[in-house]
Amino acid sequence: MGILQCIKMAFRSIKSNKLRSCLTMLGIIIGVSSVIVLVSMAQGSTTNVTNQINQLGTNLLTVNTFGTDLALTQDKIDQLSKLNGVKAVAPVVSGRVTVKEDRTSSQQSVLATTPDYSSVRNVNVSEGRFITDLDIEYRQKIAVLGSDTAATLFSGNDPVGQNILVNGTSFKVVGVLASKGSSLGSSGDDVVIVPLSTGERLLKQTDINQVYLQGKNENQMDFVQAEVEAKLASMFPNNTDSYTVSNQKDLMDTMSSVTESMTLMLGGIAGISLLVGGIGIMNIMLVSVSERTKEIGIRKAIGAKRRDVLLQFLIESAVLSSMGGIIGIIFGLCLGKILSSAFNMTLSYSSSIMFMAFLFSLAVGVVFGVFPANKASKLNPIQALRYE
Amino acid sequence: MSTPIIQIKNLMKTYKIGGETVHALNNVSLEIKKGEFLAIIGPSGSGKSTLMNMLGCLDRPDSGEYLLEGKDIGKMNDNQLASIRNQKIGFIFQNFNLLTKLTALENVELPLLYAGVSAKIRRETAMESLKKVGLADRAAHLPTQLSGGQQQRVAIARALAANPSILLADEPTGALDSRTSKEIMEIMQELNEIGNTIILITHDLTIAKQARRMVSIQDGQLQENGGELLGHFAMH
Repeated sequence: MGILQCIKMAFRSIKSNKLRSCLTMLGIIIGVSSVIVLVSMAQGSTTNVTNQINQLGTNLLTVNTFGTDLALTQDKIDQLSKLNGVKAVAPVVSGRVTVKEDRTSSQQSVLATTPDYSSVRNVNVSEGRFITDLDIEYRQKIAVLGSDTAATLFSGNDPVGQNILVNGTSFKVVGVLASKGSSLGSSGDDVVIVPLSTGERLLKQTDINQVYLQGKNENQMDFVQAEVEAKLASMFPNNTDSYTVSNQKDLMDTMSSVTESMTLMLGGIAGISLLVGGIGIMNIMLVSVSERTKEIGIRKAIGAKRRDVLLQFLIESAVLSSMGGIIGIIFGLCLGKILSSAFNMTLSYSSSIMFMAFLFSLAVGVVFGVFPANKASKLNPIQALRYE
Repeated sequence: MSTPIIQIKNLMKTYKIGGETVHALNNVSLEIKKGEFLAIIGPSGSGKSTLMNMLGCLDRPDSGEYLLEGKDIGKMNDNQLASIRNQKIGFIFQNFNLLTKLTALENVELPLLYAGVSAKIRRETAMESLKKVGLADRAAHLPTQLSGGQQQRVAIARALAANPSILLADEPTGALDSRTSKEIMEIMQELNEIGNTIILITHDLTIAKQARRMVSIQDGQLQENGGELLGHFAMH
């Protein structure tokens, strides 16, 4: 007897026992849909975190030093920038200032830096321009505002070309940064960026304690970090505790290992429910075998071989579970859509997970169908015929 | 009418029921020729059912020889027995044994399905078979929508579908009233007249008498003609 005929027969028998089939499938449906929803959620948050970290700047190293005697002078920064694998450096002096525009005044953090900051930290202007070398050379009193700051001070009006008072000094706004949103707790939108030379005077601080370095290649970052650390060690001998070099990649690796294990855990939990669904299928198939003993007897008397009966029940359970799998995928996708729109979550669906969930449900059906099907195929036709 | 289709020699079958050995078949020998209409008559517990299971290749003998069309059934495995049942034997049961979830036509198709016949030919052959028992117009009905007599006719059609060497009827009229019994027996007669070999197993003498040849079985032993037992069965 052909497989196609078996599948037809299986559909028939599933159809003739609708309620029971639905209840049996429910276990698989819940299992598959929870695998899809949970894994998509975990993967969604992984991509979210990765994006956020990338927004801070790609291939980024941050050098921090502590104390005035460990200041990074222009000479030392030049040395760092000449290291192999370093693409750009951006020294930063930061502090807090009072910013006033017309009658609005607010406390803002200010960053004094160089033009390279834009590429190193992956920030772009949505309007106007960023700081240029000329601004630094001529100590221009210009400022680039973060998008939130711009909104606070100018409440929707175009800030470019306007003047603001920073600690009582007038600065001209030349640009507004594109919004990056808050990532990992710190907002990149609440900031005033001024040229390094102007900022040093504004903050009355000439020591640079923070430098961002951008590597040329993602794969070289560990090497570059070692290089920078060696350079710093030669610059500040016996002071290893007074500076740190942190790698963006470290953070990324930590975060991705956390989210990966989360994905695995959630997938595992959902997988267990699939397994439980499989046991449900086995249970029902066993009941079905004993209920249909007479039918099996008739089929055997008429000439069904062991293989035919085995195949019939095996395919029935496989069809049942794979139907549950398909419904579960559809259900999971709908549930994911509802969840993501209701709770504003990022879900990333991967077709490979759906395919895997489907295959797993099919495998569950086959594995848990083997025992009942084998039992059915082994029935003695004489006794099965006598069974009422 | 000359070649024996079934040759049984010294067939033995014993069962152990609660430590007691029962000789269900004791040294049974029987020869059935092509085109015969044989009735096997015996009271319950006589070994009738065991003989039928044996003839129907549902069971294997402990000792002795059963040749069906020259092939030794005793030496076959389960799969071979299944295909023998499928191709050589058409079963007609007392309680019809139709699959209730399949239509009449699908029930008739079933043996052809297991024989691996293609869907189109299966349908045609099954339809022809239903025509023979006069139920072509009921092809799409479920067994529950048919009367007892009609169900048995569907069962006969099913038995005929694969064009088997023998029709094995086990109390075919046992669950029917006398009028439909008569109908079924008429069909059996007709089938025999067009050349089918029929073995009828019954405890009812009036039914058995309609066969051309009669053997009786008692305590696992077979007797030709059953003449001596007629008096014994007269009460039925």
